[in-house]
Amino acid sequence: MNSTERELLQLIEKNGRLETATIARLMGITVDESKQILEKLEKEKVILGYSAIIDWTKGTEEGAVTAMIDVKVTPKRGVGFDKVAERIYRFPEVKAVYLMSGVYDLSVSIEGKTMAEVGRFVSEKLSTIDSVISTTTHFILKKYKHDGLVFSDNDEDKRIVVSP
Amino acid sequence: MITEPTSKYLSNTVQSIQPSGIRRFFDLASSMENVISLGVGEPDFVTPWNVIEASYHSLEQGYTAYTANAGLFELRKEISRYMKRRFGVTYSAQEEMVVTVGASQAIDLALRAVVNPGEEVIVVEPSFVSYAPTVTLAGGVPVPVNTYSRDDFKLQPEQIEAAVTEKTKVIMLCSPNNPTGTVLSKGDLERIAEVVEKHDLLVISDEIYAELTYDEPYTSFPAVKNMRDRTILISGFSKAFAMTGWRLGFACGPKAILQAMLKIHQYTMMCAPTMAQHAAFEALVNGQKDVVKMKESYRQRRSLVIHALEEMGLSCHVPGGAFYVFPSIEKTGLSSEEFAEQLLMKEQVAVVPGSVFGESGEGHVRCSYATSVQKLEEAMRRIDRFIKTL
Repeated sequence: MNSTERELLQLIEKNGRLETATIARLMGITVDESKQILEKLEKEKVILGYSAIIDWTKGTEEGAVTAMIDVKVTPKRGVGFDKVAERIYRFPEVKAVYLMSGVYDLSVSIEGKTMAEVGRFVSEKLSTIDSVISTTTHFILKKYKHDGLVFSDNDEDKRIVVSP
Repeated sequence: MITEPTSKYLSNTVQSIQPSGIRRFFDLASSMENVISLGVGEPDFVTPWNVIEASYHSLEQGYTAYTANAGLFELRKEISRYMKRRFGVTYSAQEEMVVTVGASQAIDLALRAVVNPGEEVIVVEPSFVSYAPTVTLAGGVPVPVNTYSRDDFKLQPEQIEAAVTEKTKVIMLCSPNNPTGTVLSKGDLERIAEVVEKHDLLVISDEIYAELTYDEPYTSFPAVKNMRDRTILISGFSKAFAMTGWRLGFACGPKAILQAMLKIHQYTMMCAPTMAQHAAFEALVNGQKDVVKMKESYRQRRSLVIHALEEMGLSCHVPGGAFYVFPSIEKTGLSSEEFAEQLLMKEQVAVVPGSVFGESGEGHVRCSYATSVQKLEEAMRRIDRFIKTL
């Protein structure tokens, strides 16, 4: 990856909705060049997708329950943790899966409509998988910051309007 | 003008100074809604959190008393290391440095320490609004030397020659410049240095924007051959570390001059705020990565704005530093003040008329690009629309 690609990625990592024309102007390249770089990075799966960060607690009851589950597993011969991880991440309820160092092996994030729904998933689906030894479920009570964004409204410009 | 009866008590010097032209625009813009301001002379970033947190910690630990007049010794040692590391200039933390209340106070101290009544100080214009009044307050006579867009607002050594009289003592430089964004290269500075040496002048070099240069490596004036002992270097934390409200700057220079400045500082200020000094210490020790990030973001926005101005047909030299562009609005037929006022009234975009920065700023406006990309793009659309109605 070259420095132009890296600069573009850093820009859209902060704001995935930046238009190609804006990206081009910020970077001092042509619109065609910025399109080409984006297409290349999408094709190479460096850019996997574009999503919005949403505060679901505002004005809606949907998908408001998130849990982080510490999962201990027995790794499978020949494929290690990868096969077990795949068994887990293929469920659409699962938002994230990470292999961890430390006292447990996989960190799994689940999103559901209610606590009961998440609980059902853990007891019926996750803990019944062959290699899963144990699970510890932590429900998220409040989101303060997610992917670098703070969940509060206190971001107005506090500077005086004209200064020398 | 003040016309109340008590105005008779005012000193002649103070009465001779006009309030800054920027004030009127501030009042006007403040009274309006939905204004996008490109008139702000400070970063749009909040101070990095580790710096704020360091200041909290110092308060929790009870560091609420005065510091040494020259500033915390630990901070001065860090400033000394920083100046060496970043700009290749060496100053003794013990004797050649004072920590001040913003770079503004450092400029005031420098002028008061060296100017005798009636001595002339060359002020390179367009310039930061406070230079000339500060010279006057110090008893000196400001002598403006104009720079022009045809020279990319670079001071030409012949112009210094032409302005020097037997009363000239000091020349004030500011690179990167507020309001033009112009950066003087090593070669430019060397040519200026020759004239400085020839006429035995002292230089007050305001390098508050030194971290914010985008094209060439920066040369600090005292790093130029033979200039160290002819230069009072002024800098601070406001621009590079996004710390304007902390009011913390510093001056470095030859011992005799710095000790004289310290004497004034001791009697008129005592010391810079202690909690801000603790914050500045953290900024120097752990802040460089944030400086790099902020600078990158300014560079990108500079590109955005220059491109947009070009498309509108407003000619603009590419400023090498700071976070200002200084486009020419001459083709509109309006004065810079008319342009700024009409733009504000019709499209609610605030820019600063070039004339407030000196005579040679006329025909230009200062636009700060230290504001969000969304706001910049909207401001550029509005300016474009405004120009088309003229």
